[in-house]
Amino acid sequence: MSQPDLIIHDEKDNVGVVVIETTKKGQECNAWIMENDKSIKVNSTNAVPLGHKIALKDLKEGDTILKYGHDIGKVVKSIKKGEHVHVHNVKTKKW
Amino acid sequence: MEIPKSFLGYKRENGRAGTRNHVIILPVDDISNACAEAVANNIKGTIALPHSYGRLQFGADLELHFRTMIGTGKNPNVAAVIVIGIEPKWTKKIVDEIAKTGKPVEGFHIERTGDIGTIMKASKKAQEFSQWASEKQREECPLSDLWISVKCGESDTTSGLASNPTVGNLMEKLEPFGVHLCFGETSELTGAETVCAARGATPEAKEKFMKTWNAYNDFILKEATDDLSESQPTAGNIAGGLTTIEEKAFGNFQKIGKLKFIDVLEPAEEPKKGKGLYFMDTSSAAAECVTLQAAGGFNIHLFPTGQGNIIGNPIEPVVKLTANPLTAKLMKEHVDCDVSKILSRQMNLSQAGDELIKTMLRVANGRLTCAEALGHREFVMTKLYRSA
Repeated sequence: MSQPDLIIHDEKDNVGVVVIETTKKGQECNAWIMENDKSIKVNSTNAVPLGHKIALKDLKEGDTILKYGHDIGKVVKSIKKGEHVHVHNVKTKKW
Repeated sequence: MEIPKSFLGYKRENGRAGTRNHVIILPVDDISNACAEAVANNIKGTIALPHSYGRLQFGADLELHFRTMIGTGKNPNVAAVIVIGIEPKWTKKIVDEIAKTGKPVEGFHIERTGDIGTIMKASKKAQEFSQWASEKQREECPLSDLWISVKCGESDTTSGLASNPTVGNLMEKLEPFGVHLCFGETSELTGAETVCAARGATPEAKEKFMKTWNAYNDFILKEATDDLSESQPTAGNIAGGLTTIEEKAFGNFQKIGKLKFIDVLEPAEEPKKGKGLYFMDTSSAAAECVTLQAAGGFNIHLFPTGQGNIIGNPIEPVVKLTANPLTAKLMKEHVDCDVSKILSRQMNLSQAGDELIKTMLRVANGRLTCAEALGHREFVMTKLYRSA
């Protein structure tokens, strides 16, 4: 089994987590889905550091981010597949 | 891996077992700290547990104060206790409850004697306790004598991916041995609260959990001045890639694996339903949470961290693990168990769980944790509201 660049918790998730020190701009990332042990490829649009998330599909304002197969917040600024997903484009639905 | 059936612990008078053999000098209140610290300084083999409260508290807040003081003294990691307070009544109340365990305990009050006289009297007794405790030997104890509490801190996405699931794996493997287990952090289950409630083993446990979480959430909604975005997630969490409280909560929740919890405990409450997993209503601040769990009687703690929390506790050893390779490298002196190879798939979750079991048992048998070696003794009382 090869070393993944991204890990995805659940098949339903629309984000993956960078598990190498950083992705490079334009890098084709090898993403491993923990739940079903499958792998997919995603191109990282920017350099994204360890622990940060990358979108696995295009997402528009109001969409729900799914991680662990669960709702972890809403998109507040549209995100393209491969882009960095974080506090600049996603907010909590609580509080 | 074949899991060892026993560890080497200190058997206590009430049938429980400790992983440590502390003689503590426990101040009832903030103004007795100086006296307690002087005694601990005089007598080797003792530790003082200074804190900030204990005066003019009332109602549920005062009850919690007593529960924390008494529970700390009763913890099986404590061999003997000196209690020092300004007034006799509250001092005696704590002494009398700790005495029910059968361990040596003696109280001293400062009023009408002063610090110097009290230090002299308490030091004489502390010397006696310290020398008595120093002869205690570790004996073989069944694994079920381990009461394991868990809490994560300075989390990042590697916590939810790997270090928290490692703790969950340990829980799944050790639950059949009859251990007590405890998770808490009411606030950091926000977003995962209904999924967590569904893990209640009985309708009563589920209902009690939702009642506890709702009470917390109502308080936040009443007191919050903004969206809490400066506090939850913290700046450290965000730097580590966590975006929302919901994401943090689902990561946090991985610590209990697939287990169900049998009851919901008040802060610092001792479990009474026997072996199994308990949820305790606690703050999510590391030192407050571990202090409450130790007061609930837990004798060893597992603490997964992402960005590198450094917490320790004076009586309950805190075993730290991380899956973040940068933390494992840059903060090596704080990491008892490195499971970062999960991320590169050079280690699977079950192997990581086995590593954590081995590390935890070494600590239970006496190996100092990183936090103990570095002198971390954070003892932090939870205060519910302003004093009278």
